[in-house]
Formats: sequence, structure tokens, C-alpha cells
Amino acid sequence: MSETPASVAEPVLEKRRLNMIEAINEALDIMLTRDPDVIIMGEDVGYFGGVFRATAGLQARHGKTRVFDTPISECGIIGVAVGMGAYGLRPVPEIQFADYIYPGLDQLISEAARLRYRSAGDYIAPLTVRSPFGGGIFGGQTHSQSPEALFTHVAGLKTVIPSTPHDAKGLLIAAIEDNDPVIFFEPKRIYNGPFSGYYDKPVEPWKKHSDSVVPEGYYKVPLGKARTVREGEALTVLAYGTMVHVAEAVAREKGVDAEILDLRTLVPLDIAAVEKSVEKTGRCLIVHEATRTSGFGAELSALVTERCFYHLEAPVERVTGFDTPYPHSLEWAYFPGPVRIGEAIDKLLSE
Amino acid sequence: MADPAIPADSNRPALALHVPEPRYRPGDAADFSHVEVGTPGAQPRPDEGVHPSQMTDLAYSLVRVLGDDNQAHGPWNPRLDSDSLRTMLGHMALVRAFDERMFRGQRQGKTSFYMKCTGEEATSVAAAMALASDDMVFPSYRQQGILITRGYPLIEMINQIYSNRADKLKGRQLPIMYSSREHSFFSISGNLATQCPQAVGWAMSSACRGDSRIAATWVGEGSTAEGDFHSACTFAAVYNAPVILNVINNQWAISSFSGFAGAERTTFAARGLGYGIAALRVDGNDALACYAAQQWAANRARGNHGPTLIEYFTYRAEGHSTSDDPSGYRSAQEREEWPLGDPITRLKNHLIAIGEWDEERQSTMDRDCAERVKATTKEAEKNGILGHGLHHPFHTMFEDVYEELPWHLEEQAAQAIRERIAKFGSERPFG
Repeated sequence: MSETPASVAEPVLEKRRLNMIEAINEALDIMLTRDPDVIIMGEDVGYFGGVFRATAGLQARHGKTRVFDTPISECGIIGVAVGMGAYGLRPVPEIQFADYIYPGLDQLISEAARLRYRSAGDYIAPLTVRSPFGGGIFGGQTHSQSPEALFTHVAGLKTVIPSTPHDAKGLLIAAIEDNDPVIFFEPKRIYNGPFSGYYDKPVEPWKKHSDSVVPEGYYKVPLGKARTVREGEALTVLAYGTMVHVAEAVAREKGVDAEILDLRTLVPLDIAAVEKSVEKTGRCLIVHEATRTSGFGAELSALVTERCFYHLEAPVERVTGFDTPYPHSLEWAYFPGPVRIGEAIDKLLSE
Repeated sequence: MADPAIPADSNRPALALHVPEPRYRPGDAADFSHVEVGTPGAQPRPDEGVHPSQMTDLAYSLVRVLGDDNQAHGPWNPRLDSDSLRTMLGHMALVRAFDERMFRGQRQGKTSFYMKCTGEEATSVAAAMALASDDMVFPSYRQQGILITRGYPLIEMINQIYSNRADKLKGRQLPIMYSSREHSFFSISGNLATQCPQAVGWAMSSACRGDSRIAATWVGEGSTAEGDFHSACTFAAVYNAPVILNVINNQWAISSFSGFAGAERTTFAARGLGYGIAALRVDGNDALACYAAQQWAANRARGNHGPTLIEYFTYRAEGHSTSDDPSGYRSAQEREEWPLGDPITRLKNHLIAIGEWDEERQSTMDRDCAERVKATTKEAEKNGILGHGLHHPFHTMFEDVYEELPWHLEEQAAQAIRERIAKFGSERPFG
């Protein structure tokens, strides 16, 4: 590269901007460097660097025994990770798609989640299971699911879902350092840019979004703390992952003074932030992409009703995916987009 | 009536489903003459670095050392000194005495559940003796012999079985689901075969770190049907993990005979060969063969030659647990007719045959074991028995779900304590 004369140099960007994949990759790189116990494994994560490139370059930098490919066996990946945790390592297995996590469920639910409890602290399972989840990429029914409620139902697991590059890095570092097993679901629709809910509009890159400013080096976003995306008086929106951005776009478009909470961690939930906001606004909309029945929205709705009932001016509303498998061609009919969210907001505000 | 799914004019042969059936059911005379047990001492002992493809015969026959003459034969004779043999016998006798007492305790209502390992003592005691004390073991639920061999205090075992206030596991686990990090003994799950990939992961970590410790896991032949077992074999082979996969083929998984895990078609040891894992099939009632096989596999693992799958061919002489009655599903004669005898009797007879033991010392030892267990039981009972109030404080129910108590568990803990006060008043001791 030729030297650029100082006089015509581009102004140095005040702040470094990353997309979510780059932020995750950086978090993993930092933790591999900081902690010799951290180990990364999963299908295609090694030499190739992962199908979404989240582990790109990590094997070359940290070696084949720290970052390596695995057999196509989610049961084996999680089971081996539990044994590694018992040894004293801090494994960060990747499950290539959340839709593929089910063969590993017994190892997660019966083993990792209960190991500390059943052994009275003799053994722990400090693993962080990273997995891309959610739809909106024409992934069909096996590359689009949002199974978070299966995990929030399990005592002993923590479930974390970032919605920005800044949070993805800080939450992932916090998850890896956490001594409990963490399910870290990465909303793959927003790996490359936030999503307004309009699938037919071009993708807006992260660099235009303020939360793509990612500090260099080590920092943590604590688990169990929600983020107030915007303050408002008219209603509270509880969301996480991709739906934070969709809800934000709809509120902006409709000119509704919504207070939007990005939950970030589903378990343990930041109940104080939820209560505070709903008590202020008196109205609550819950948005998730996962199917409706027994979804995490049901838990949120119950909590809000139990704890904020006398502050509510309208019944809690849920906007979710439909109770069907995630369809391919009709993906955008399934997706809880601007129309569904907009109608729910209108209904809540008309009560 | 003809099955409407099959066209009347079909000339294709009708398929037939095979559902395995054990040879003998209650009331049947048991005859094991079809079981090929081979000749003690006849099996070759290859170098520990041998390629698994050279182990076919060892995966289909039986490694045996102790003969009908009570002497040790052949290249698998571990040539243990007589003190070690007596120690081995002593551990096995203590395991049996412990099982007898704990089973009786369950029948007397002191706890909810117990599982004996009668007839299988050698598969855990002798194997554990062949490992280093800091090699990590991932047991199933019938390896109390490992804890006893490693010197875990009997009183801790009984406290756990009684789920009392001294139970180190805080009354959270079903009886016999022990855990002792101090003894390199992994927490027993109760879900089957989950420990197999965990053992492989531990072994991979040890190799990753350039450690010298290896891992060993135990699984019943019935549970080898679980996907976890096959994941474990795949990972063990792929990463050449320093792990020993011990399959205890005791013929019965509750009421299902080994045929429901595939034993009609092949041996369990032979499963290893398909994965490229070294495989040994061993007389599980021959303590010397058990020791020698485990030692061979441990040497192989320590030499970076990778995993070994060992099938211990044995017989579950008692029921699966206190919850089943084997006379309801198998012939009572099987136990007596089992062609490989009893592991304790065989080792005792060997020691007597080589002039290092006698019946009188055996009787004294058995009596001492029974008395020791009895005295320890009485001691443990001071800490309470199941359901008699001497449990851990209520709040402990909510601890260790996470490292720190989140708000919802704090709320639920407060509720549990409120309920206790509503039921019993606030004066009740033990929180």
C-alpha cells in the first residue's frame, strides 16, 4: 500500500464500527487470548471459520487444540463440552443452527443444567453454547427456528440473546466468564445489519447504527440486565434479538412514544426494569419471533399481569410468530412484521 | 381377515418382524452350554499400541486368566503380588457386605431406593485398582466398587443413601448417585450413557493440556443403545482420546435381556472395532482378567495410542434395583447356572490355591466387613434417615441451581419457608 500524504488522509474514524459477526469473533478472540481454559469447537468452526464466519481466523491464531472442528453430533458436542467443564476448561461450543440443537438437549437439560445442583458444587458446567437462531433469511423450517422457550423452561440454564454488535461482544464475554451454562442465541437475520421488518427493502448495514460502535479490547455487558432502547410514555415494548429493531422501526414509523426494552437476558430476567417501565406506561406489548403457544411471551405476559396488574390500563398484548413450522416461501407471512406489530400497538393504545 | 394394506394378489414374500426373546423365562431350566467361554490363558496379549484391526479375535472371544484349577494362566495374568490380591478380595467383600446392608435398609424403610452390584464386583474393584487414583472415572450407577476401592468413606455413602443432614449432596440426588471430586469420581447422572461423551471430553481436555491423567467410563450393555454411547465412540476415535469405555454386559437391563441392545448379532466389544477403537472382551467374573484388561487399556491411553472399549461379560445376580423383582421376568436358575461363577469366590479360591489365604481368614474378613458396615450404618443413622426431618435446610433446595440465586429463586425460597412455617410453626429446627 502506498503512503498517503497526511494532508489528504481520511479523517480517522472516532469510533470503530463492527457488524455482529465481527463483534462475536472479537469476543471469542479476546477470551481465547485471556483465558487458556477457553476452547472452541463445533461443526466447521476450525480451519474454515464457521458457516457464518464467526470463528474466522481463530484456529490460525490460537491453534488446532483450542479451536477445532467436530463430528456432526450435537449430542457429542455438548456431552464432550460437559466433560471438558468437569476437567476445568471453559468450552464455547457452537451449534451451527439452533434448529440442530435438539440432539444435544439431554446433555444440556439433564447434565449441564443440573450438574452444579446434583453434585452440590463438586462439578460445574461453565459452557457457553453459541448458536445462530431465528428466521428472515429464507432458511425454511430447519434454519429459522427460535427455540429459546425450551431453554428458559430449564432450571439451571441461562439464556442470552444480543441485539447489537456492542452487546453481542460484551454479553458473549460475560457469558463465557459465567460459571453457569449459558445458551447464547445469535439472531442471524441481524448479523450484518439491523432489520426494520421490511424484507423487500435493502439491508441497512450496521455501520449506520450507533450500537455498532464496539470498543476495542475486553468489556462485559452484565447478564440479567435489560437495555432501554428508547424511553417513552405511551406503552412498553418487551423484545429481544431481531424483534427489538423491528419494534423500534414500527414505533418510529407510527410516531408512537413507546418505551422499548431489549431484555438481552431471558433467564435471569431483569424483572425490575420490566416492572418499572410497565408501571410507568400502563401498557405492555411483548414481541417475539418464536411460535406463540408456551413461548417466552407467555411467561412475560404472566409476570407483567401478576406484578403490574393494578398499573395496567389494557390487557397485555403478544405479537409472535404463528404456531406453525417456519415456512419457506411464506416466510414473510409468518414473520411478526410491521403490520402485526402495528395492529397490536393500535389495539393497546385504543383501550 | 386379510390385512387391507396388503393387496390380495401380491406375490411378494411377506416380511416378518423379529422381536428378540430371552432363552429362559420364569420357571424354565437355564442352560448356558451355548455360551462359549473359551479357555483361560489361551488369548494372546498384544502390545498396547496394536492397531484395532488386529483385535478381531479379542473382541469376539473372552480374555480369561483364572482357570477351573484356581490358578492364573497365560499372558493376561497381571502377576499381582499376594498383598494386592488380598486387597482386591477385601474391597470386593466389603462391596458385597455394603450392598447387603443397604438393600436391607431400603426394605426397612430407611431410604427410597438401592442398587446392588452382586456378581459384578470385579468389574469396578479390579478395574479401579488398575487405574491411577487421580484418573477420572465417569461411572454409571453400579460402580460403588470404585468408591470403596478409592477409599471414599462408607459413612459418606450411607449419608447420601439416607439423604440425611450430613449428605454431601444435600439430599438432592436419588440414593447411590454419588459424587466425589476429591476421589476423581464424577457425579452420577441417572440418565443413561450421558457419562460416555463426558468422559471423552474430559480425556480430550487432558490430552489438550499435555496432562498424564486418563479418563474411564462405565456403561451397561443395555445403555449402549443410547446415542450418547455412539457419540462417545465417534469422538473418542476421531480425537484419539485417552479414554477407556467399559461396557458392563450383565445380560439384563431391568427386564430386557441383552438382545434388545443387539447381543443376538454381535458382541459389545465388536462395536469398538467399527469405530477403529481397540476392543477387548473379558470374563467379568475373573478379577485378574478385569484388572489386566483395564491395565492394558490404561497403558494404551497413557502411551497416546488412544481409546479402548472393554466389554465385561458378567451376570447381574440380583434385581436391577430395589424396585423390581427378577423372578417376574427371568429364570431363577440363571444365577446358579452362570458358567463364569462368582467373582469373589473365584478370587478367594485362587488365593487359597496359591497358599496365600484360607477359609478361616475369609470368614473373619466377611464378618469384619459386615460389622464395619453395621457400625457405620448406625453412625450414619444419627444424621437421620430419609423422610425423618433431619434433612438440609429448605433454602438449600434453591442453592446451586445457579452460582448465585436469581430473584425468582429468592422469591420461591421465601415461599417454601413460609409454607414450612404454616405447616409446622416457626419453632421447627433444621431450617
